Amino acid sequence: MTGPARSFREATARRRLEGVLDPGSFREILGPAHRLTSPHLAALDLPVSFDDGAVVGSGLLGGRPVLAAAQEGGFMGGGVGEVHGAKLAGLLGLAERQPWAGVLLLLDSGGVRLQEANAGLLAVSEVMRAVLSARAASVPVVALVGGGWGCFGGMGIVARCCDAIAMSEEGRLGVTGPDVLETTKGVEELDASDRAAVWRTYGGKHRYLLGEADRLIEDDLSAFREAAMELLSARRDLGLEELEREHRHLGRRLEEFGGCADARDVWRAAGVEDPDRLPGLEPADFRAAVRAARRGDR
Amino acid sequence: MERLSFDFACRGDPAPLLAPILVGVVASGNLEVLVEGGAPPGRCRLEVLTSARGFGEIWEAVLRDFATRHSLSGLAVSVNDAGATPAVVSLRLDQAVDEYLRRP
Amino acid sequence: MSRRWDEGRRRRAARLARAAAVCPDKWVDPGSATALLEALLEPGDRVCLEGDNQKQADFLARSLARVDPARVHDLHLVLSVLALPEHVELFERGVARRVDFSFSGPQAVRLAQLAGSGRIEIGAIHTYLELYARYFVDLTPRVALVAAASADREGNLYTGPNTEETPAIVEATAFRDGVVVAQVNERAERLPRVDIPAGWVDFVVRAPTPSAIEPLFTRDPAQVSEVQVLMAMMVIRGIYAEYGVDRLNHGIGFDTAAIELLLPTYAEGLGLRGKICGHWALNPHPTLIPAIESGFVRSVHAFGSELGMEAYVAARPDVFFTGRDGSLRSNRAFCQTAGHYACDLFIGSSLQVDLEGNSSTATRSRIAGFGGAPNMGADARGRRHASPSWLKAGREARSDPGAVPRGRKLVVQLLETFREHMEPAFVERLDAWDLAGALKMELPPVMVYGDDVSHIVTEEGIANLLLCRTSEERAQAIRGVAGYTPVGRGRSRAAVENLRDRGILRRPEDLGIDKRLATRDLLAARSVRDLVRWSGGLYDPPRRFRNW
Repeated sequence: MTGPARSFREATARRRLEGVLDPGSFREILGPAHRLTSPHLAALDLPVSFDDGAVVGSGLLGGRPVLAAAQEGGFMGGGVGEVHGAKLAGLLGLAERQPWAGVLLLLDSGGVRLQEANAGLLAVSEVMRAVLSARAASVPVVALVGGGWGCFGGMGIVARCCDAIAMSEEGRLGVTGPDVLETTKGVEELDASDRAAVWRTYGGKHRYLLGEADRLIEDDLSAFREAAMELLSARRDLGLEELEREHRHLGRRLEEFGGCADARDVWRAAGVEDPDRLPGLEPADFRAAVRAARRGDR
Repeated sequence: MERLSFDFACRGDPAPLLAPILVGVVASGNLEVLVEGGAPPGRCRLEVLTSARGFGEIWEAVLRDFATRHSLSGLAVSVNDAGATPAVVSLRLDQAVDEYLRRP
Repeated sequence: MSRRWDEGRRRRAARLARAAAVCPDKWVDPGSATALLEALLEPGDRVCLEGDNQKQADFLARSLARVDPARVHDLHLVLSVLALPEHVELFERGVARRVDFSFSGPQAVRLAQLAGSGRIEIGAIHTYLELYARYFVDLTPRVALVAAASADREGNLYTGPNTEETPAIVEATAFRDGVVVAQVNERAERLPRVDIPAGWVDFVVRAPTPSAIEPLFTRDPAQVSEVQVLMAMMVIRGIYAEYGVDRLNHGIGFDTAAIELLLPTYAEGLGLRGKICGHWALNPHPTLIPAIESGFVRSVHAFGSELGMEAYVAARPDVFFTGRDGSLRSNRAFCQTAGHYACDLFIGSSLQVDLEGNSSTATRSRIAGFGGAPNMGADARGRRHASPSWLKAGREARSDPGAVPRGRKLVVQLLETFREHMEPAFVERLDAWDLAGALKMELPPVMVYGDDVSHIVTEEGIANLLLCRTSEERAQAIRGVAGYTPVGRGRSRAAVENLRDRGILRRPEDLGIDKRLATRDLLAARSVRDLVRWSGGLYDPPRRFRNW
């Protein structure tokens, strides 16, 4: 805890990229000096950001050339607007043109930037398509989720469209966020102010145990770097067979855990002894504690 | 939003022409600062787009002091601000120039 | 005609006789609490309803709020903290008429409204120790309604970690023929220890729900800003190291939390462990855990406890004051005394500071009160023992070399020049004057007086007021750290340069501080989870601070 901080969560988007990629190797494309700001926010008289909250470019990871993007959660909650989305989709579009070892997506987003309405929705769907196109061209796409805004909404779906996901326990992954869930389903379903419950439900540990996250790691730039390097070789097939396998897996999951009201019940049903102690465990001890109970194949 | 533009005479040697640098995040109470070349020698240009209207005098005072602390000759400084206090603004401006000049 | 000298005892006996008709035993059924109070109380009585800074006798407050105002009215309420809506209700219903208190935090706005509409008479706003002092002079409670953790059959009370000011209240009441009623969370066969003996207690009632306690002294390290880190570096380097401050109190805030979190890193790097911050008058701040674990802290005496810190405190008896039962023993009256006489420094924040250095948290629409700051933030003129820091400050303050030398306590105001919404913290005239005018107070409510303040620290630097020799110098010194506020921009550049040359004003550069190091990276703990790790899992944060 003392010494130079290497927290992934606290770092800005650029600092995360610098910490994950080989030192000094990151080359930004369409950086802030290009001033590609959001016309929609300007029209609404709202603050803009010179990079529209998305940092994209290329670099080396363990000496191998990769494309990389990072979302700035602090700007508009990482919400995806037209320019932001175009940068992400455009970067993914580069994947097929050269023999890139992979694409890293450092996601920190509440989903669509509501202020941009349909332009934002369209942008997110273009990113989804672009991820799948890159994967279809045999370029692995790896999501790194560990920022303070989580990975929600359409970006949650984008993450699960990737080949693999690494998460810290501080990271969260989902579609509908806790506040909307409480508003629409009531506080008995999920109390959004109960942060422990929110992290049990959306956090890295639960996602790892369910098999949706492939790695559960420390909140540390080096840990994300190592996980990214490993997961570049963890490509998943992208065909009908894989899709059907996933559906069977989801069906089994529903059978097994559909009656559970809380993540703790899921962990218990999955065979974890003393599930209440899981939230307090450090990542290495947690991984050991759930080794037998974990679902998922990697 | 309020847009403020300043053009100061700057003494001292012109700053080197280096890659543009951005520090900070446009989040509530915070700001981003972009530093790049592009002003004529002997002058520096500072432009601010801020969500907090009516503080032009304070911005001018903060930026003049900033220009006195550093040799900004030849530099263009652009700011997107979301209501940061002068304390945070000064800190971020100093961070940006230091990073631009890659002072260790 | 001869005077009777035991009127108090006879009246007490009469009250107890009326009460016996409702509650024959010392232990009272919760359902009879209101009836008991109606039997005990007489109109105009002075009542202490325990509202401490942290714990509240909330069940007794609710019971009192339900009395029949035709029977019980115009009470004079004395209490430290007017925190509950039930407290305000007492005045709205006419059960109470007059109040003497110290702090009102959550009810500050409602209090101002009531005072403005004449529904409440404010006797005075006190600092805590001053109020307890008056319990023994002219504000002795006739009836005290207090809160304890548990009681045994006889009525001995265990107040435990959150003892706070209960002993002071009960002593004053019990030994002047008053009546003491205690609400407890539970009844026990055997108490862990006896904090208040049964002989001082008249009635005990088990509250249906445990008394309310708020975690007021917990600050999430994740919310400490870079500017607060910079100011903390200045305080450590420019004041703690400079004067050798080894005994101190921190007023609660994120800015002082930043100082606590910088001790194991920044202060350690400066070789200051063992030289500063050894003895504390302080609640068990979770943000102090890293400094304790790093070996900076030799002792802590506390005003009260802090939710979630019980097990950690019990595991560190070499640092904290603990009973034979192992749990914390706090005592606000003694801790305030310690802060006044046995500490060399107080540091805290404020909302507004004027050109004399007077500071206040009063605004026109809120009567918040003072809490402990006026006591902690005052030079202890009765002090006689010396310490290096006290002597050095005294030397700096001495304007007349021929005068008898004396020491000085360091009283530091720590604040950013602008508050939220770009509200300046430095002003020509305190809002306190407006409040005084609106409520017809004799004096504007000043929290810390300028002539007690030794230093003002802002993001711009440190102003040493001890070295100022005229009020003009003092005003320019304050302007010199008031940043870009109108007060700051009104400085004379020449005067400020001169003050800087003389060391009265010091900027971070003058202190050898590299502002680029002022980042959150320097904090020993950056999250509540980090604090739990530092404590070896002993710290158990309340729900609202957990995200795991």
